[in-house]
Parts: sequence; structure tokens; C-alpha cells
Amino acid sequence: MSIGVKVMRRPEREVSYIRATLKGMMLTFKHMLQPRFTMEYPEVRSTEEWRIATRWRGTHRMMTDAQGRSKCVACGLCPQICPANCIKLVPGEDEAGNRYPLIYEIDEFRCVFCGYCQEVCPEEAIHVGVHYENAEYSRDRFVYDLERLSAQTHPVSTLWDPADPRGE
Amino acid sequence: MTPEMKGFLLLAVIKLLVIFVVLLVGVALLTLMERKLAGWMQNRPGPNRVGPSGILQPVADGLKNFIKEETQPAGANGMLFILAPALSFIPAMMLIAVIPLAAPLHLDFDWNLPLIGRTAYHGLMTVSIADLPMGFLFILAFSSIGVYGIALAGWSSNSKYSLLGGLRASAQMISYEVAMGLSLIPVLLLTGNVTFSEVIAKQQAGIWFIGPLFISFFVFLISGFAETNRLPFDMPEAESELVAGYHSEYSSMKFSMFMIGEYAHVVTIAAMVATLFFGGWDIPFTTWDEGGGALRSIATFLSFFLKMFFWIFFVMWIRWTLPRFRYDQLMTLGWKVLLPLALAYIMVTAGAIQGLEAVGVTSTRPVALALTGLNVGLGWLLFYVLDRGRVMRGVSRRPALAQPRTEGVG
Repeated sequence: MSIGVKVMRRPEREVSYIRATLKGMMLTFKHMLQPRFTMEYPEVRSTEEWRIATRWRGTHRMMTDAQGRSKCVACGLCPQICPANCIKLVPGEDEAGNRYPLIYEIDEFRCVFCGYCQEVCPEEAIHVGVHYENAEYSRDRFVYDLERLSAQTHPVSTLWDPADPRGE
Repeated sequence: MTPEMKGFLLLAVIKLLVIFVVLLVGVALLTLMERKLAGWMQNRPGPNRVGPSGILQPVADGLKNFIKEETQPAGANGMLFILAPALSFIPAMMLIAVIPLAAPLHLDFDWNLPLIGRTAYHGLMTVSIADLPMGFLFILAFSSIGVYGIALAGWSSNSKYSLLGGLRASAQMISYEVAMGLSLIPVLLLTGNVTFSEVIAKQQAGIWFIGPLFISFFVFLISGFAETNRLPFDMPEAESELVAGYHSEYSSMKFSMFMIGEYAHVVTIAAMVATLFFGGWDIPFTTWDEGGGALRSIATFLSFFLKMFFWIFFVMWIRWTLPRFRYDQLMTLGWKVLLPLALAYIMVTAGAIQGLEAVGVTSTRPVALALTGLNVGLGWLLFYVLDRGRVMRGVSRRPALAQPRTEGVG
């Protein structure tokens, strides 16, 4: 025999099968009467027990400044670091020489939600958010443009803090 | 045609319609019950989205199965492929026909109905589609026909999994049919008749056969599990080994027919256990239920239904408790344990009845009580022997080792 076969010691003569069967049946019966632990998803969202981790990385969100303009300076770091290549950025410059994104699109289908874009962003503009319900009826609706990213209101995810590695 | 004949036919048609419609709806609800119980036993709620607490789930399933695509594997034997679900569905549905569901109802009418004319019925009407003189022989015969459906399904699918499932099913069902048939012979010995109405009458006169024929009940129940192809004997399906066994290649309503057949079988086995060993529609500790009357029929039907329902629940309970047997263990249990046990028990029961006759005990109740006493002893002995682990060890004898060790080169 070329592979090692582990032979278990089975207490064949010592055990009682009838007793084991009855015990098993009592156990399943007891479980039948126990409370259920299932959280029923769409209903449970509004209750207190439904909590998502603050470090959950979901749908992106673009932060805006006090004037309602996007904080993005089109530095190009996020498309550079994005491992899924899902960020499309075309930079532009206004008369004062301030860079801003002409086109900023994130394909949520391609995104792997690694959160690198948030980590790399020097302006704290692009964030991944604590949000996951983004079903749509067509595939092209999953390409979020700048306007839509800025319009998101969900809380953004917090980055991993080495001082508090487990998020407590 | 005489008015009496018309009355008989009319009642027969009504009973047919009512019982089969109720059976089909009941089977649909049983699929829901199975899933609910599975959920509850695993601390889940089970299906609860379609309708209030999931009550419409079977309707949704049925609808899905009706509008699903029918597939047929390449190289399948077309005719047998279509015949097989029917062969397993129809016999399973027919089995319920002979089981008396309630006390006979006394009817006395003489109506002039439109279209069919004068219709009359006088006397007792059995609350079963047909109280056949063949009784449980009919059930044994027709439940064996179901094997053809499964074996043909496996054969005609042109798939290795289906074939193996079908082969296993035919081997298993034929093996356990023997034990099942033999386990019912003591019932015949004690009743002297195979009709269900006689069996019930005998149990009313004496005590329920669970007492006097406990070992029979035990063998019958285990064989029943094997006959219905349900866990712990669901070798023919064995999803971890054979995808879905004999119905791997079936889709839509053809698949559904196998499922309905399986659940109808469960209903039948539960009804048979209730009828043969738990007094059928008899309400215990009272003789009130033995006459006719509509109220009594309803009460006795409820009594029968409760017993049957318990055994249906038991079948599902076992399914979600015990793991699947290995195939050789299954065969060992069937041929080396249940068959000799059933044979020996026939001898013992026959001997006991003969012995009691020899000492002059012939009336029903003392015989039943004496046999109950005997069965307490026998049952204890049986479980003592079973508990020594001689049932489930299987064919190969492994050396008992003190420590786990590694064999071979490693």
C-alpha cells in the first residue's frame, strides 16, 4: 500500500447501538423544540441584532468637500494600485491649475473590494463603504460614475488599525 | 342497472376522488413537512417564504416542476424512460386504496338523482376505496411493482449513477420484501385472515398487535424504511455517492412523480403500521367506536390519522437522525438478521399459539396477553443481542486495536 491508511480503533463490541440510536433521536427531537438561530434577512435589517462589521468593505463612496465638489484630485493612485483594474480615471485641470477627475468610474462587478483605493488615497476621497445591497436589473448599471459615487450616503469602512487589530 | 348497484358505484367514485385528491395534496404537504422538520431539527426555520410560514411552498414547487424543461439524456431508452416514473408513481398511489381509514359508516339512502336516476344504498360502507379480500397481500404485491419503476429508471437513463442506483434499489427492495412479507405472517397466524377489517376487528377484541407481535412490528418497520428507500436505507439515492441515484437524469414532472411515489409509499407504510400493529381506526380503552354513525366515523378517522401521522413523523425523524448505512451492512442486516429473525419469530408465534391452544386458552384476549408477555421477553432478548454489536459490524472483521496505527509504507 503506497499511502498510509489510518486504522481507527472502533469500540465495536463495547458500544450499544440501540442506546446510541435512541440517544440520537432524543437529540434531534430536542433540537426540534429549541429556538431557531436563523436571522431572517430582509426583515432582520431593521432590528438591533443586525450589525455589520465597521471594517466591512462594500460599495464605494466618493467624499465631497463643503462646496459639494468631489475631494478627488485625480492623482491616479487608485487606478494604479487597483488589482482588479476596475477604476477608470481621466484627469482634467481647471483654469487655476487644480486637477479634478473628468471621468471617474468604478466597475463594481470587477471590483474585488480589497480597499486599496481607500488606503492609497492621499485626499481621503474614495472609500469603500459598509454597504452591500446593490442589486440592479442590468449589468451596465454596475459601473458607478462620479456623480453616483458622490451621492452614496452609507458609512465608510474604517481602515485596519494596528493598535487595535481585532477592531474592538 | 339496479339502484343498489348505482349507489355502490356512486359511493366508490366519490371515495376514489376524495381519497386520491386528499392523498395527493397530503403528499405535497408532506414534502413541506419534511423540509420544515429538517429545518427545525437543525435549528433552522425551514421554508417560510411562500405563503404564511411556507404553506404554499409545495404549490410553488409543483408549478416549478410543471414549467421546467423536460430533459432526456442522449442514448436513453425513450419508452422505458417515460414508463419508469409512471411505474413507480401508480403502484405507490394504489396502495392506499385497501387501507380502512375509519369505522364503517352506516348509510341508508334512496335518492332520485338527476342524470343517473334512482340510487340507493343500504348497509355499512367501508371507509376505504376497496376492502379487498386480499388485504395486505395486495399491498405487498403492488409495492413490489414499484421496484420495476426504479430499476427501469436506472436502466433506461443511460447513466452510470442511475444504473447503480437502480441496481441497488432492486437488490435492496427485493431483499427487504422477503423480510417484510415474512414479518406479516404472524399477523396472519393471529388473525386467521389477511383483510385489514379483520385485523382491526381482532385487535379491538384483543389488544393492539404491537404487544403480541412486537418483533413483527420491529421487522416490519425496518423493512418499511428499506422499502420506501428512505434514510437510513436510501442506498438507491445516496447523493454523496450516486448524485441522486436512479432519478439523476430526470427533470420536471417526471422527477416529481418519483418524489410523489416515495412520499405516497411513506404514507402507506405509516398507515400499514398504524393498521396492523396499532389498531387502525380503533380508539383505545373504549368500545364506543365500534358501531356506525357519522360522528364515530369522524372520530375513528381522526384516531387513525393521528396514528398514521405519528409514524410519518417517525419516518422523517429517523431520516434526520441516522446516517446512511453502508451497502454491505444493509444487505447483511436484511439477509442475515431480519430474515432469520422473521422466520424464527413465525415459528415461535405459531408454537406459542399452538401451545396455548393445547392448554385450552383460545379466546382472543388471553391469547393476546400471553403473547404480549412472551414478546416482552423476546424483545428484551433481541435488543440484548443487537446491543452486542452483531448487526452493524458488516462483513469484514477488523482487528480491535488499542491505538490508532498506520498501515503500509506511508
